[in-house]
Amino acid sequence: MSSETSTVTSEPPPTTADTELTLRLPGESQKSEAKSTKRRFSDLTDLKLGGNDESDTECSVVTRSTPAKERVVGWPPVRSHRKNMMKKDCKYVKVAVDGAPYLRKVDLELYSGYQQLLCGFEHLFSCFTIRNVLNERKLMDPVNGMEYVPTYEDKEGDWMLVGDVPWMMFVESCKRIRLMKNSEAVNGSELLEKC
Amino acid sequence: MFPEEVLEHVFSFLNSHTDRNTASLVCKSWYEMERWCRKRVFIGNCYAVNPRVVIRRFPEVKSVELKGKPHFADFNLVPEGWGGYVYPWIVEIARAYPWLEEIRLKRMVVTDECLEIVAKSFRNFRVLVLESCEGFSTDGLAAVAANCRNLRVLDLRECEVEELSGHWLSHFPDSFTSLESLNMACLGSEVSFSALERLVARSPNLKTLRLNRTVPIEKLSTLLQRAPQLVDFGTGAYSAEIRQDVYSRLADAFSRSKNLKSLSGFWDVTPAYLPAIYSVCSQLTSLNLSYAATRSPDLTKIVSQCYNLQRLVVLDYIEDTGLNTVSMSCKDLRELVVFPSDPFVGEVDVLLTEQGLVSVSQGCSKLQSVLYFCHQMSNSALISISKNRPNLTCFRLCIIEPRVPDYVTHEPLDVGFGSIVENCKQLTRLSMSGLLTDRVFEYIGTHAKNLDMLSIAFAGDSDLGLHHVLSGCDSLRKLEIRDCPFGDKALLANASKLEKMRSLWMSSCLVSFGACKLLGQKMPGLNVEVIDERENVNSLPEYVPVEKVYIYRTVSGQRFDTPDFVRIMGKDKDDLYNLS
Repeated sequence: MSSETSTVTSEPPPTTADTELTLRLPGESQKSEAKSTKRRFSDLTDLKLGGNDESDTECSVVTRSTPAKERVVGWPPVRSHRKNMMKKDCKYVKVAVDGAPYLRKVDLELYSGYQQLLCGFEHLFSCFTIRNVLNERKLMDPVNGMEYVPTYEDKEGDWMLVGDVPWMMFVESCKRIRLMKNSEAVNGSELLEKC
Repeated sequence: MFPEEVLEHVFSFLNSHTDRNTASLVCKSWYEMERWCRKRVFIGNCYAVNPRVVIRRFPEVKSVELKGKPHFADFNLVPEGWGGYVYPWIVEIARAYPWLEEIRLKRMVVTDECLEIVAKSFRNFRVLVLESCEGFSTDGLAAVAANCRNLRVLDLRECEVEELSGHWLSHFPDSFTSLESLNMACLGSEVSFSALERLVARSPNLKTLRLNRTVPIEKLSTLLQRAPQLVDFGTGAYSAEIRQDVYSRLADAFSRSKNLKSLSGFWDVTPAYLPAIYSVCSQLTSLNLSYAATRSPDLTKIVSQCYNLQRLVVLDYIEDTGLNTVSMSCKDLRELVVFPSDPFVGEVDVLLTEQGLVSVSQGCSKLQSVLYFCHQMSNSALISISKNRPNLTCFRLCIIEPRVPDYVTHEPLDVGFGSIVENCKQLTRLSMSGLLTDRVFEYIGTHAKNLDMLSIAFAGDSDLGLHHVLSGCDSLRKLEIRDCPFGDKALLANASKLEKMRSLWMSSCLVSFGACKLLGQKMPGLNVEVIDERENVNSLPEYVPVEKVYIYRTVSGQRFDTPDFVRIMGKDKDDLYNLS
């Protein structure tokens, strides 16, 4: 076997006894080596508790709830076909705008929060811009000065104001969205009639 | 010596491949006789033999079944581009078997060109089953639909299909009436409903219809009414706003489906629509609710009425209580599959434990096959299961967290799995998980004499574990291992065993480049494929463990369609000259 001591590897060069390949029954030596390699393997898959600061601040909400758990490729052994089918990575809901002749559809899974969703509406309905009113960002139609309030129908059939509940909860429960002209949104009784 | 006609008649009763293979080894004349009348060929590893060799031996074949990638490809452990291309086979069999009727492929790369060749080459083509295949688009399906006049079965099981349009279905001509089975559940594109309805209406022999997600629930009753002879039905997305008229029509249609024995589909379930199937529950022998994300009470209500159920596939939402109901109601159950609803969640909010499986093992005396995902297990539960059900043939347990011990005693699960192999003497397939030491492999080597396939992950302490398995399991043909401290010694000491097996997969273990090369050099009947995507792989010393190694027996020598991250070890002329 050629000695390639200059090669890039973090492995300590083993002794000749270790590297000799023989057709010999296992378990005859090197029990300690087996243990150390086992530790090495558990490094790959165990929790890296107390990770560096960088990774902590970048943590998404999901990662924080399962602290520092690294996902191992192909484990648990669930086929990606099944994972894709189960994952609701597509949550398309209809978006209606008062006064517009047709509806649009958005995939809520594409957005990570309410602000992004507002931006999405801005792109979808080119008549809108987002204006800052009293520290809140709102959808406005600059042509007629109307403000549009995003409302949504939830799983129970109630019409709610977008933005009250945590984003993931909203994505889970939203069935369709309606951008209401501000005067209508304020008037509660009309809201019920529109359903 | 029997005359040929008698032999041929006798052989016509031999249907299993193993029986036929055995008969062909008796003597030369039996070999000759058998090869001329073999109609079905099964090739468990497409790289084990060349298509021309198969064709030369078996000139009168009507049905070909091929498998490509190793099983762990299902879990993304085999990189894209590894191989498993069916094209060379299709070209050869198109030339040699113009009267071929059936093609079944599993884990192979199938291109549109392959499908076009199939569509145009076999005048009496009847059955196309593609399981876990990829590489083709809906255009390929259109070619099959348009040209295979006598097609009976088009079965796409969990394939990755490039969806160009749903128009492919409309390519079945109006004169096409022979359809018996259509499974399009894995497709995402919407097909023309009227084309589908017309197809169903003109297919009097249609027994299996598995729709895809895009077929809305409102349309199901129409299809069921068109095909009252259906035996196997898969719904589309089973959700809609709750409407009494839709529900009533659906419930009515189900109640008229007197031949229905198998149900599946149920994506995006609206629970209120589930009672529509109650009228058929007692007829069902197979029920797949594994896409129905609905909670235990809904699922329990259904299974409690499935008195004749033999196969149940469900999510862990069924919980222990639901499985308890199964154990009391489904006395004919043969197979239980419980998938995890959320495989990656840290917190467990679903009450499915080892207890559910224990209940079913107690109550269902015919239970033979189990695939169970859960979060905790104990040795005592495993021992109970093994004593309740010594007739188990397939036991696959996945405890979701790797290396988790017995949750009661905190010991390894060696004794529990040992009990399984000791009591279940007919066990042919085993997958293990949890904390396991070399001891469990000693049990397996000692007792699991009928074991055909073994899957191991995050287990064992040393090469001794692997040695026990390779030296003790007399019937072992498929062994797949990941993340275990098994290395060169056990592998090399049992090199000859590998020629008696179909294949061995080892990834994230301790098998070195040097050992792979040595094995490849010494064993001409094996291909030792090192699959390693590291950039510096060519400069790594020989003692460094490989990322992945796939070893399989072959009579066709090394293959030449490998990508750059696959090296077939020990076959270079230089390597052979260096043999000591």
